[in-house]
Amino acid sequence: MAINWYKYSSPASFYSLAGKMIPFFAIIAFGLLVAGLYIGFFVAPTDFQQGEAYRIIFIHVPAAWMSMFLYVVMAIWAGIGLAFNTRLSSMMATAIAPTGALFTFLALWTGSLWGKPMWGTWWVWDARLTSELILLFLYIGFMSLQAAIDDPRRADKAGAIIALVGVINIPIIYFSVQWWNTLHQGASVSVTQAPTMAETMLTGMMIMVFASWMYSIAVILKRVRVIILERESHTAWVADLRRKGAL
Amino acid sequence: MFFWIVQRDLLLAVRRRSDVLTTLFFFVIVVSLFPLSVGPEMNMLRTMAPGVVWVAALLASMLSLGRLFSNDYLDGTLEQMLLSPQSLSFLVLGKALAHWLVTGVPLVLMAPVLGIQYDLPADALFVLTISLLLGTPVLSLIGAIGAALTLGLRGGGVLVSLLVLPLYIPVLIFGAGAVEANMAGLGYDAHLSLLGAFLLVSLVFSPWATAASLRVSME
Amino acid sequence: MLQGRDLTCVRGDRRLFKGVSFTVEAGGLMQVNGPNGSGKTSLLRMLCGLSNPAMGEITWNGEAIKSLAGAYHSELTYIGHLSGTKDDLTALENLRIASALSGIQITEKQASDALAHMGLEGREALPAKVLSQGQRRRVALARLLVSKTKLWILDEPLAALDVMAVKLIQGLLDQHLTNGGMVVLTTHQDINITAASTIQLQLA
Repeated sequence: MAINWYKYSSPASFYSLAGKMIPFFAIIAFGLLVAGLYIGFFVAPTDFQQGEAYRIIFIHVPAAWMSMFLYVVMAIWAGIGLAFNTRLSSMMATAIAPTGALFTFLALWTGSLWGKPMWGTWWVWDARLTSELILLFLYIGFMSLQAAIDDPRRADKAGAIIALVGVINIPIIYFSVQWWNTLHQGASVSVTQAPTMAETMLTGMMIMVFASWMYSIAVILKRVRVIILERESHTAWVADLRRKGAL
Repeated sequence: MFFWIVQRDLLLAVRRRSDVLTTLFFFVIVVSLFPLSVGPEMNMLRTMAPGVVWVAALLASMLSLGRLFSNDYLDGTLEQMLLSPQSLSFLVLGKALAHWLVTGVPLVLMAPVLGIQYDLPADALFVLTISLLLGTPVLSLIGAIGAALTLGLRGGGVLVSLLVLPLYIPVLIFGAGAVEANMAGLGYDAHLSLLGAFLLVSLVFSPWATAASLRVSME
Repeated sequence: MLQGRDLTCVRGDRRLFKGVSFTVEAGGLMQVNGPNGSGKTSLLRMLCGLSNPAMGEITWNGEAIKSLAGAYHSELTYIGHLSGTKDDLTALENLRIASALSGIQITEKQASDALAHMGLEGREALPAKVLSQGQRRRVALARLLVSKTKLWILDEPLAALDVMAVKLIQGLLDQHLTNGGMVVLTTHQDINITAASTIQLQLA
């Protein structure tokens, strides 16, 4: 069956498509989350070195992965929007940013919670945590820039440029922080340096990773729908929806 | 054409000397505040010195970004630059060079004096100066992108700091790192080479990204 | 030949104009009329390539101005609302730098001649901040005297000028058109210029 992809690149048809997809992803996300947390907190064995505290990795690791992954995805969408002038791609980028920032914050928070029993302090200047902090700054920069610009077209393009500059810089920043950290002999154990991974641990973590994926997709689609409505509020099809009482 | 731009910006800076001096004094004051806040213990000050001088240089350079394009934007010169037959990236490079000559170079020249306040040994002063010499042009180049993106926005001044400070971090790490390495008796060549590499990369990418940002902001 | 096809301009949620088409031939003048806020300046900026039309296309000698970029800009002189004069530079420096920016390097002699022609003799060395509004406008318009470009796009060139200066500019435009140049302008004043072809473009 040939699907007319082009059709879905118009905000109006994507709006209704996204509306149908959201419950699907939301339900899967919820199911995976329950399963993943159950395995993580009840099934996976206690680590002989780190005790129960290690269990935070079931949240921390997926959050850290998603935070970086989403930044790249955001930059790609923004770049497509800039290059081909497709409005929907830029809206996707705008919709991804808050979710990415949320995961970054979650990674920092859980990292800090894990640090207390392990290192005895809430915060250590560990290379990964520091990079994660800088990533949060990059997300905040992107969102603040877009928020400060009134004209949505300019906001899209300006956001795209800063996202692309950020994505070029992420490897450089990551590498710099690594170097800085080794020079200053930072923490010797790292959050992601999980103990010898038992199979159940790995399963639990992978399930949590998928749960984060599904959650992100559902939330981002929801946010795109809102952005579409906001931007297209003066168009006929939105007026139509309003008349039908669908809003 | 390139030289016309550089010459013009330098001429404007000479006519408005106070702007240049403000940035320099800001740098001096920030560096001088640290001993007052953490105490005059020389050993501690010596270890802090590279970081303090570098962070102050970062802030001083960033504060002066507002002037990079905004005057040209307000009086219509920027429109003329966009309409110049010369490529915009090239003009932007000229403006970034002028910005560095006006704000970066004074910081570089002042840094050894401030280093003495912190009792840095002579060779550390030398490394500090070299690292600033390589690093401050990168700050001007990266900052130009932020300045172009926030052109004419409400609260552009604070916003530009959110955008560019995270991007300054690698320069900060290796700039201050070079001095620290020297003081620890280690080699600092690698740090300086990396700063040089950052300079090359930003020379290639930044004018281009800045030009694109200016087009977006002017539309 | 400057051609606009079916141009639409959107600012925010508002559509300023749509379906604007025209052709300006060599020696032709186009006067853009319309009340405040009808999109005159937006149209001129579009013609310069500073902003993109939401729909439609602008061509120069048959090629889209977007693809021509620098080549198009070397045939264009645009003088907008903002004159681009720097307060801290002298009239002479302002003119020389503005010309250099548009690709024409002129000597000090040429620049002071042009300024004298614009009635600014003896004021070349004054910083622009002490000049009056009209005098600053003259400094900006002096660029037309030294420009070698074919297409002039002028946004309210006669604003803030006295009768003498208006006459001067009219003469300048006349000469440019006779030499086969093209002029696109907006003005609220009556002008009388003879051109091979004159288009009155009305924006609602």
